[in-house]
Parts: sequence; C-alpha cells; structure tokens
Amino acid sequence: MKKNNTSKSRLSLYCNLGALLLAFILVLVIDATHNPTDMLVKVLQKVCVYAVVAVSMNLLNGFTGLFSLGQAGFMLLGAYTCAIFIIPDEVRGQVYGYIEGGSIVHVRLPLIVAILLGGLVAALFAFLIGLPVLKLKSDYLAIATLGFAEIVRTIVTWEKLGPVTNGSFPLSKLNTFRKALEGTPFEKFSLVTPYFLIAGICIAVIVLIIRSTYGRAFKAIRDDEIAAEAMGINLAHHKRLSFVTSSFFAGIGGALFAIFQASVSAAPFTSAMTYEILLIVVIGGIGSITGSVLGSFLFIASSEWWLRGLDSGKFLGISSPVFRNGFRLVVFSVIIMIFVLFFRKGIMGTKEFDVVKIGGFFKKLFTETVPGWLKKIKHKEAADQ
Amino acid sequence: MDYLLPGISAGGQYALIAIGYTLVYGILRLINFAHGDVFMVAGLMMVYATTYMPLYVSIPLVLILTAVLGFGIERAAYKPLRSSPRMSVMISAIGVSYLLQNLALYITGGLAKVYPTIKFLSETITIFGSTTRRVTVITPILVLVLVVALVLVIRYTKIGMAMRAVSKDFTTSQLMGIRINTVISATFVIGSFLAAVGSVLYFSNYPSVVPTSGAMPGLRAFVAAVVGGIGSIPGAVVGAFIVGICESLIKGIPEISIFSDAFTFLLLIVILCVKPTGIFGEKNIDKV
Repeated sequence: MKKNNTSKSRLSLYCNLGALLLAFILVLVIDATHNPTDMLVKVLQKVCVYAVVAVSMNLLNGFTGLFSLGQAGFMLLGAYTCAIFIIPDEVRGQVYGYIEGGSIVHVRLPLIVAILLGGLVAALFAFLIGLPVLKLKSDYLAIATLGFAEIVRTIVTWEKLGPVTNGSFPLSKLNTFRKALEGTPFEKFSLVTPYFLIAGICIAVIVLIIRSTYGRAFKAIRDDEIAAEAMGINLAHHKRLSFVTSSFFAGIGGALFAIFQASVSAAPFTSAMTYEILLIVVIGGIGSITGSVLGSFLFIASSEWWLRGLDSGKFLGISSPVFRNGFRLVVFSVIIMIFVLFFRKGIMGTKEFDVVKIGGFFKKLFTETVPGWLKKIKHKEAADQ
Repeated sequence: MDYLLPGISAGGQYALIAIGYTLVYGILRLINFAHGDVFMVAGLMMVYATTYMPLYVSIPLVLILTAVLGFGIERAAYKPLRSSPRMSVMISAIGVSYLLQNLALYITGGLAKVYPTIKFLSETITIFGSTTRRVTVITPILVLVLVVALVLVIRYTKIGMAMRAVSKDFTTSQLMGIRINTVISATFVIGSFLAAVGSVLYFSNYPSVVPTSGAMPGLRAFVAAVVGGIGSIPGAVVGAFIVGICESLIKGIPEISIFSDAFTFLLLIVILCVKPTGIFGEKNIDKV
C-alpha cells in the first residue's frame, strides 16, 4: 500500500515537472516570437513579479497565520536597493541630476547580484522590525506592519538621503535583462524567460521550505499557537524565520518590479499595493502556492489586458457610454468582492495544482460520469417506450 | 499657537473618524478598513449634492446618506461573514475599501473635485493673536458636544446598553435576547454619521476631494483609536488629539516636516509594543 502511494506521488511529481517544463518551453517560444512592447510579454513579466510577492505573502499569511500587511514596504526596500546598484554609469549623473553632488554610490553590480542584495536588505529590515512587532496579535500585527511600510515610504523620499535614493525623484534608466543580455547568445530569450526563471527558483525554494520541518512548524503555529508551543516549537524563532524569509522574497519581487519598470519611485508602493497582493492571495486560495501563482496570472491579465475593453468603450462587442475610464476597475473590484463573500476559499482552497489529479478528474468524467449519464438516458428511453 | 490650533482642529476631525473605528472594533473585533473610504465618499457626495441644492439641504442629506452607506456596507459585506474567522471579515473590509475607491475613481473620472466652501466655516477669525478659519474653533466644540451626546446615548439608552453588552460578550448577549444585527447596524450608522460630520469639517480646510483622500486620514484616525485604546470612546478622542497636535507641530518644522505621517506610525508601533491596549484600553486575557 505504502509503496503504491510513493510511486503515485512520484508519478505526480514527474507529471508536474513535465507541465512546468512545457510552460518553460512556451515562455521560450513567446520570447522568440514577440516584441518587447507586446501586451502578452508585459503581462507575463508582471505576472512573474507578482507571483513571487504573492507566494511570499502566502508563506506568511497562509502558512504561518501571521497577518502582515507590510509587503509593499519590503518590496520598496528591495526595489530601491536593487535600483541604486544597476543604474548604468553613463546615465548616473543624469538620473541624479537634481541632487547636489550627485550620487555617492559608485558601484555597479550585475543584475542577479543586485536582486539578491535587494532581498537581503529587505530581510535585514524584516529582522529588525520583527523583533518588537512579531509579539503582537493578529490585527495589531497587520496594522503595525502597514505602518512600517508607510514609514519606509516616507524615509526613502527624504532629501537628506538624496545622494543615495535620489530623494523624491524616481531612479530611472535602470539596466534591464534585455540590455544585460544584449550581444550574448541568450539575447533572443531575454523578455519573459529571466523573470520566469527567477520567479520559478524563488517559488521552488518557498515550496521546499514549506515541505521541510520548518514548514510543518509554520503550519502548526497557524493551526494552534498554544498547541504548537506545547509540542516544543519555538514560537518566536519560527515566526521570525517565516517573517524574514517572506520579506526576503518580497524584496526580490520588488527588485524584479524595479527592473520590469526600468525605474523606481516610492509612489506606487502604497498600502493599496499590499491590498492588491492580499486580494491575489485570497483569489488563489490562502494556503495554496499554485493558487497564488494562478491568482497573480488572473489578476494581472484581467486588470491589465482582458478587461481593457471596459475602459475604452467596447467590450465583447457591446459598446455603451457606461464603459469609460475606470469602469474596468469597478467591475474588477465587484468580481473580487464576489470572491471574498461567496468563494471564501479562493480558486484552489488549500489544495495544490496537480496534473495527475486533473487527469484523474477527466478520467473519472469519461469512465464514470458520462457512462452514468448515458445509462440514465438509456433507462429513460426504455421507460418511455 | 499657530501650529497648536490647526493641530487641535485636525485632532477633532480625526476623533470623529476614530470613534467609528473604535465602536466597530469594540463590537465586531474588526478593523473596518473601509471606514476611511466612507469618509471620502461623504466628501464626494457633498460635492455633488451642493451642485443641485442649497447647503442647508445638502449637509443633512449627506449625513443621512453616509449613515445609510455604512449600514449598507455592513449588511452586504460583513453580515454574511459573521460566523467566519476574523481574517475573512478583515479581507472583506479591504475589498470594500478597494471597491469604494475604484467606484469613486470611475464617477469622478479621476479628477480632483473642488469641495464647496461653506461660508460660515471658512470665514477667517482672529483668536489668541493668530488668524485662522472659524472651522478650527468650531471643530473641538462640536466634537465635545457630539462625544458627550454619544456617551450619554451609550450609557442611558436601551440601544446603548445593548451595545455595551454585545461588546462585553457576543454570544451571551445573543442568548439574553439582544438583537445582534440591530446593534451592529446601529454601530455602523453612528460611526458613518460621525465620519460624515468629520468629512464636512475636514474638507473645509482642503481645496478638493480625490478618491484616495480618505486613506490617509482614515489610517491616522485608526492610529488614534489604537493609541487611545481601541474600544474606548474617550480613548479615541484623546488619541486623536495627540495624533492631530503631533502631526501639526512636526509639520511646522521644515527640516522634518515630511515625517509627519511617519511619526504617526512610529507612535503606533511604539504604543503597540509598550502598551498594546492603549491609554484607556481594558486588559484582555486570552483563554485557551
């Protein structure tokens, strides 16, 4: 019986890895055939960025049960740290043009190193703020982390920090994957592929953490703190670990966001951004990694792309004066409210996407359900006669 | 004095919003993230109402409509989730906030709407040697009157007694025959009404309303409620005055003026870490 189980789970592992490989090949094909400004490319890049952040938030909110709303703050830390080190030397003076004396940072790092550094800085700040804040209970923690994010947002725009953060001016003209890979054999695959790979690695690491003993401890804390403590789990240690890890990946997500936009300013990292990410997690299912990824895809694709018609006056062939600027977001928030109120578990609940299970579903559909219907129809026909 | 007066005035306006947070938290244990946006919607309704009717009609109308809005939000977004975990209700509140902001963005077309001048409130007067608008002086007085009225309602009327009972123990008061839904609706109506009063006073000081103008005052008022001890009405008022005055004083020093909001949140984190129940909060004991 046990052997059967492991071989089954191994089969599903291989199938899922196969599906992932297929997705990767699809991304490569998209890269090779599309232009950098295509909507599909932009959407997929943003989906990768948001997927990292949503999964990191899910690690904290869904798997450890710590309701934190500081994600935008950690993203901002990651984005700024990364951006400072990837402004090309030739435009540095121009970007810091309004700051007296220009930039004081004269180091330029490769993209990957800068991204990692962004994550590390976010993690460091998470460790420091976590020391006092993680003692708080559920909603107090949410508010304190929200406050922290707002504080960070103000501090980076401080004029005294101008030589580092460019004050209230954006850090623009950043290096991108496209530019970095120019002239190398990978040039063709520099649109979505780098985002996909980095996001994939981050999410894989988070999955591995969740499956380790640490992950089990996190889940125990989520389900019952007191019982977990009684079982010998060090609450403070594990909560801090979860918080720091989650912030590390939020920082990486922020750094990717900076590269995606090729510029950073403090303005977009408001609490509204955290709310968006939280809603992605809710739509996908709190406690489901694949749900968060799916949620990011649906959220970004519909808000940036599919529902665009609602703004420009024509949607699904219907045109109406109601469809003007902003209507897209109204429809979108109504859909979200429907999810929050009626499908509280989200798309995936706490389940994970599994090719074998979906295969099993279809198999069942064709071997049991459909023949069942046919049988019923036959019975009915027989009865009619 | 030049900074103290606006601080007291801002504090009064935050107090009116903070009471809404405190009342709801006291009863439902819910941080009503949509409250700041209700405040913003009240401001927008005022803008639209005054284009069609005179002030003496539109002010009461806006106050009533805002109260109805609060009632509606509670019925539509919070009541269906009454038996689910607190986190889902909080997420629902965030969803409502998102919806209200986007709705406002759609209706206004993303343009800042000019707030009507209420002549009586925005006339300038001189007090203690500093010139200011009349609203600055009226706000603290009005806040005091409203708070005293509210405290009297809570202490001596039947609905007030029911509110106190529900905030003490949700299930037991249900067993005692208190209609929970009526009490909760009343809480939202009172909270939204006060937020509408606050919005009339607040936006008299600012030229225009935009869809996001509710977020910051909402957060500050929430901080005020926590500082004072969430669940306590006098606490919310005292906390709001502390937040308002500190903000105004810091804004007065040019070198650190951009930190006025950061300071508010710093105050929040410090209070939460030192005394999470706030100045007037009751001590809560968690049972297994």
